[in-house]
Amino acid sequence: MNGIHDMGGMQDMGPIQYEKDEPVFHAQWESRVFAMFAATSAWRRWNLDAFRHTREVLPPIEYLRASYYEQWFSGLLELLVGRGLVTAAEIESGVPAPGSVIATPPLTADKIPAALTNRIHANRDVPVPPQFKVGQQVRARNINPVGHTRLPRYARGKIGSIDRDHGVFVFPDTNAHFLGEKPQHVYSVCFAARELWGAQAAAKDCVYVDLWDDYLEPA
Amino acid sequence: MSTTRRDFLTVAAATAGAAITPELTHMHQHEHEHQAVPSDPALRVKALESLLVEKGLVDRAALDALVDTYEHKIGPRNGARVVARAWVDPAYKARLLANANDAIAEFGYVSKQGDRMLVIENTARVHNVIVCTLCSCYPWPVLGLPPVWYKSAPYRSRVVIDPRGVLREFGLELPEDIEVRVWDSTAELRYLVLPERPAGTERLSEEELAELVTRDAMVGVAKVVPPPAEGKI
Repeated sequence: MNGIHDMGGMQDMGPIQYEKDEPVFHAQWESRVFAMFAATSAWRRWNLDAFRHTREVLPPIEYLRASYYEQWFSGLLELLVGRGLVTAAEIESGVPAPGSVIATPPLTADKIPAALTNRIHANRDVPVPPQFKVGQQVRARNINPVGHTRLPRYARGKIGSIDRDHGVFVFPDTNAHFLGEKPQHVYSVCFAARELWGAQAAAKDCVYVDLWDDYLEPA
Repeated sequence: MSTTRRDFLTVAAATAGAAITPELTHMHQHEHEHQAVPSDPALRVKALESLLVEKGLVDRAALDALVDTYEHKIGPRNGARVVARAWVDPAYKARLLANANDAIAEFGYVSKQGDRMLVIENTARVHNVIVCTLCSCYPWPVLGLPPVWYKSAPYRSRVVIDPRGVLREFGLELPEDIEVRVWDSTAELRYLVLPERPAGTERLSEEELAELVTRDAMVGVAKVVPPPAEGKI
């Protein structure tokens, strides 16, 4: 989706707001949103790509206005209701619907150390052949999907070279919409800064973008 | 977008003191007329937590433990120890560059986010800097949760098109003959910059070296600065 979240290369967003000795969370509620998202993800009703998409579909003006954890909270509500863990009526009332079954949380405090080692696991140990070789010239496809994608606009149509092959990973464009994992190779693709931005970029500089087979074509 | 979400964001926008569109104004008034849920973000988050606990969807002690883990246990000190070890132990550095996951696991550092870690080395000729232009991907196991500037529009938008200008804003001026490599974390690979060991640190221990390594240097927006020379204040 060509949304506001895809902001690589945009200009005039203002100076970087650097905070010295920044706390991990700026308010207690931020830490609770963070933890609630991690804990409810243990129900495995959604994946990280789906979560990212909940933030991308925020109207642009709201995406820019909302703080990071406000975006998370809004995405968490969307997933909880959309994936059937909580009803909209329960969010409104703040109490479980009459007669609803009380569940047993899958993530308890004692399981957290193990859960942390169990990471995202987006890589897949399946024998999918790579479509490209290290060193090969490739062009990022000029595609404009209306759903979730991890091919940033600034790279589309540009020529780069395969720097390394990272192996097989789930494909975000389908995974985010619960349409299957479509596992395929991911590569670091090196684009010369001048290929992306023209003569104003420094001659030696480059940008590495991690891209899936489906985003690439031979150049 | 659900009504609940829109209500929340309306409140968020109002809290930020932003101008409200006619549609949002309507939603805002609607909420005041039938205020079933507290409007303050903190109260709304608290209400959701109570609901999730009551439904048995989350364990409150697990939430406390998750917050404690990321506030106190997983942060840039982890990465600093990895960097210092790589500086003093060439065999460790070789393992780190070849297979970062296994080399980082030697310290016992694991965390969500960091499906596949990659360590990229700064040299006299190459300077690396990391970003996630599309969201906020960051190497949690070694740096903890990202600072606000890393997740914000100014950094995400500009570091790919004008890395040298962004680095200058952080106080880092790079000569023209240095190659700047920007790594955009668009997939589930997480990057950590291995900064250059500063000159004049030959006599420092691994622990003392780790003290010098900053989060910003491991993101690539700063260099590691040597300690003041002995005998000087």
